[in-house]
Amino acid sequence: MTNPAPEDRPSLSFARTYDSSPEEVWRAWTDPEALKVWLKPEDAFSISVAEAEVRVGGRFRLLMISGEGKEHEISGVYREVIPNRKLVMTWTWKSAPGVESLLTVILRPLGAGTELELRHEGFVEIDDRITHEDGWKGSLTLLQRHLTSGK
Amino acid sequence: MVKSSAAGLDAVFAALSDSTRRAVLESLSEGSHPVTELAHPHDMSLPGFMKHLRVLEDAGLIERSKEGRVVQCTLSAEPIRVAAAWLSPYQKFWTERLDVLGRYLKQQEKSKS
Repeated sequence: MTNPAPEDRPSLSFARTYDSSPEEVWRAWTDPEALKVWLKPEDAFSISVAEAEVRVGGRFRLLMISGEGKEHEISGVYREVIPNRKLVMTWTWKSAPGVESLLTVILRPLGAGTELELRHEGFVEIDDRITHEDGWKGSLTLLQRHLTSGK
Repeated sequence: MVKSSAAGLDAVFAALSDSTRRAVLESLSEGSHPVTELAHPHDMSLPGFMKHLRVLEDAGLIERSKEGRVVQCTLSAEPIRVAAAWLSPYQKFWTERLDVLGRYLKQQEKSKS
């Protein structure tokens, strides 16, 4: 199975503002005890292990259990670490080891609060029809399927 | 990377919500085609068909170029990628996580005061 080239894969960006300071938001992203509380795929999941060696080259790891008792693991390596400003890390599911996506979190002070920008790039859909060389053709298939099935 | 503006996404999904336009995009996914060739399989007047092409062009999904006397249509991949990314499970994942992060941060503030 060949994966689309990184430039053909989808990427997403998000922006949010929070009343908390950049230091507080940074802590939420870098303290394993905080990550256990909020960074899980669904509320029904529980995170049993959270590792965050927040330095360039350091390891990030989340071991979690779904509501049905299935284990899932996400791991990554920190690429850029600028405290209270910028965090860049790779993001890989243990079940899809060949696919490494890149997560970028940028924090900017906004008054007493924080403006957060998140970019997630280079991920591949866990769908065989998308994971072929013509990534954008796969995207078109996905769109058509969603639109015509009324989902 | 093109950021997905709300208006841009609206235009793309509106363009895709028609079977004739989806058929045009499918034809073009195999390669460029002249307008007349694209119009051929569809049971409608050429002006009627051209309206569909305009909707696709306005959404940034196709580009038209004149080569001699022939008008060629080509698919533009970027808006499709942007729209598909919007449908990604990661869209839901991060939207929800960032909401939960917001609630977590509020709780932390409360427990400090």
